[in-house]
Amino acid sequence: MPMIKIYQSKAQNHDELIKLCPFAAIESSDNGLLINSACKMCKICVKKEPEIFEFIEFEQVEVNKDLWHGIAVYIDHVEGDIHPVSFELIGKAKELAAKVNHPVVCLMVGHNIKGQAYKALEYGADEVFVYDKKELEHFKIEPYTAVLEDFINKTKPSVVLVGGTTIGRSLAPRAAARFRTGLTADCTILDIQENTDLDQIRPAFGGNIMAHINTPKHRPQFATVRYKIFSAPEKSKDYQGKLTECDICSSKLESNIEVLEIRKKAKEVSIEDAEVIIVAGRAIKKQEDMDMIYKLADSIGAQVAGTRSLIETGWIDPKRQIGLSGRTVKPELIITCGVSGAIQFVAGMNNSAFIVAINSDKNAPIFKHAHVGIVGDIYEVLPQLNAKIQEAAK
Amino acid sequence: MNITVCIKQVPGTSEVEVDEKTGVLKREGVDSKMNPFDLFAIESALRIKAQNNAVINILSMGPPQTMEIIKESFMMGADNGFLLSDMRFAGADVLATAYALSQGIRKIGDSDLIICGKQTTDGDTAQVGPEIAEFLNIPHVTNVRKIIEIGENDISLEMDLPHSVEVVKVKYPCLITVEKDINQPRLPSFKLKLATSDKEITVFSLDDFEDQNENNYGLAGSPTQVWKIFPPESNNTHELWEGDAAHLSAKLHECLTKMKFTGGE
Repeated sequence: MPMIKIYQSKAQNHDELIKLCPFAAIESSDNGLLINSACKMCKICVKKEPEIFEFIEFEQVEVNKDLWHGIAVYIDHVEGDIHPVSFELIGKAKELAAKVNHPVVCLMVGHNIKGQAYKALEYGADEVFVYDKKELEHFKIEPYTAVLEDFINKTKPSVVLVGGTTIGRSLAPRAAARFRTGLTADCTILDIQENTDLDQIRPAFGGNIMAHINTPKHRPQFATVRYKIFSAPEKSKDYQGKLTECDICSSKLESNIEVLEIRKKAKEVSIEDAEVIIVAGRAIKKQEDMDMIYKLADSIGAQVAGTRSLIETGWIDPKRQIGLSGRTVKPELIITCGVSGAIQFVAGMNNSAFIVAINSDKNAPIFKHAHVGIVGDIYEVLPQLNAKIQEAAK
Repeated sequence: MNITVCIKQVPGTSEVEVDEKTGVLKREGVDSKMNPFDLFAIESALRIKAQNNAVINILSMGPPQTMEIIKESFMMGADNGFLLSDMRFAGADVLATAYALSQGIRKIGDSDLIICGKQTTDGDTAQVGPEIAEFLNIPHVTNVRKIIEIGENDISLEMDLPHSVEVVKVKYPCLITVEKDINQPRLPSFKLKLATSDKEITVFSLDDFEDQNENNYGLAGSPTQVWKIFPPESNNTHELWEGDAAHLSAKLHECLTKMKFTGGE
């Protein structure tokens, strides 16, 4: 068992040592310092006080990494209509594959979808495996996991990339658990080492922290990535990759879930597809004050979005929340108005091409991420900006 | 009917930062609370109980102070509380967490329905629910926005997808994760607080589990390892404008116009 050992004789100043742990896992007791089960094994204590804390290593059985070859992408779609995150993932998969000289393989599951699968090849996949069966018409977790399992057993990919969509976030953990392997959700940066270990970077621990995560001893390495984190590659009609049709025994596709009905929701412009976004933050004091936000949005053809705190007031639809618990956006221009810039928010928008932040607090974290930071009161700057835009339009 | 609701204690604030110079994490205060998304899971269970008198078990994993949130669930109307607490669970990633919880659920006994919140506010991964379902070998449905009918042998649900709503019927036993708009969670009741103040919470350690192999829990059972943590990168090219509102708005207008976002088009 891995553990953190404490040399009690050297651990004199309990009060100071307790403060080392950001998770309050170090406790003082009659028998000296203790590490409780809140410990995340982040080893901060070991780094800061190596004389007092020691990390006791452990042996995990390591798979033979040479047997796992290929970067796989799950092609997410609704009735054959492929979600663009899948193309973005093919782009990333090609980058990773080139570094370790692996192929990019894709999986597409459904019914009457064969005709769409070539699109994955247009974006540069080397091979797309298609499971096209009546039983796979609707997404149901047991048959879809069975197919993903079959595909992985067949192709033995080193990495499996899945879009962070509703379906992806349900399917990827289920399959990762089946293979008893690691899954890192909502990665914002991915890279690969020579030994095929995937470097996965994501915001972590609910704070202003990024974590670099590896899956050093298990394969395949699962990662989910949200829409608009990476860019789709150029597509080409002149592709080399091939399409492989696969079959799976119907007995493996049984399910305890019955789909009774599918109702389409009214189509709305989602903030994920917007080119320009205006974000309202906590500085908005009352609902009427949203008017100046909408006025600016109207005049520059933008969509309006909000931070978590503003969504909680009910003044903006929750579908328009940006951040880890909301949506990820990557517009050409984003203007944040009175947003302080918590990491959960920033993680949902910092890939935007151009970021303008308006905030009255010069020390607001959002300014670290903005291309242009404007230290000012939105209640003064926005109305004057609106007036200037209106005047110029005349 | 037996329902098990999985809940988690999360930091009360998200004000955790890395000191750029020393690399040490700074956390203002260590107050913690119940993961807000779990309140909707508990409320969903309570509404089912109101219809069919189901027994509601609350399950959590963490250090002893996690009992606070289990007590809070008693104040809402949950029946039994179970806590998985053991140093050997420390450092667990999603897989090891889900595995320990699935062992806890097996130990509690037959659950017809397991309810989880959509995600936590500290991890935001939304993975633990589906992984528990896999370890229990039962179906799961995520993003449940409405419970339509509690049947004798199955439950009818609405699953929220980006462009559609899927109505599904799932046989017991099954696991669902509920959306935050599914209901309005009740507040803890003072009467229940008094009535449940000395209610026992059952604590399980690894020794109580069916699978007692230490290598399946905590850091040893975690395929993912945090290699390092660091402060987020900030933009390299950035400018900060200061001055009065007239100056700032003029400058921003000029900038937007130059980039062809206003006028010109």
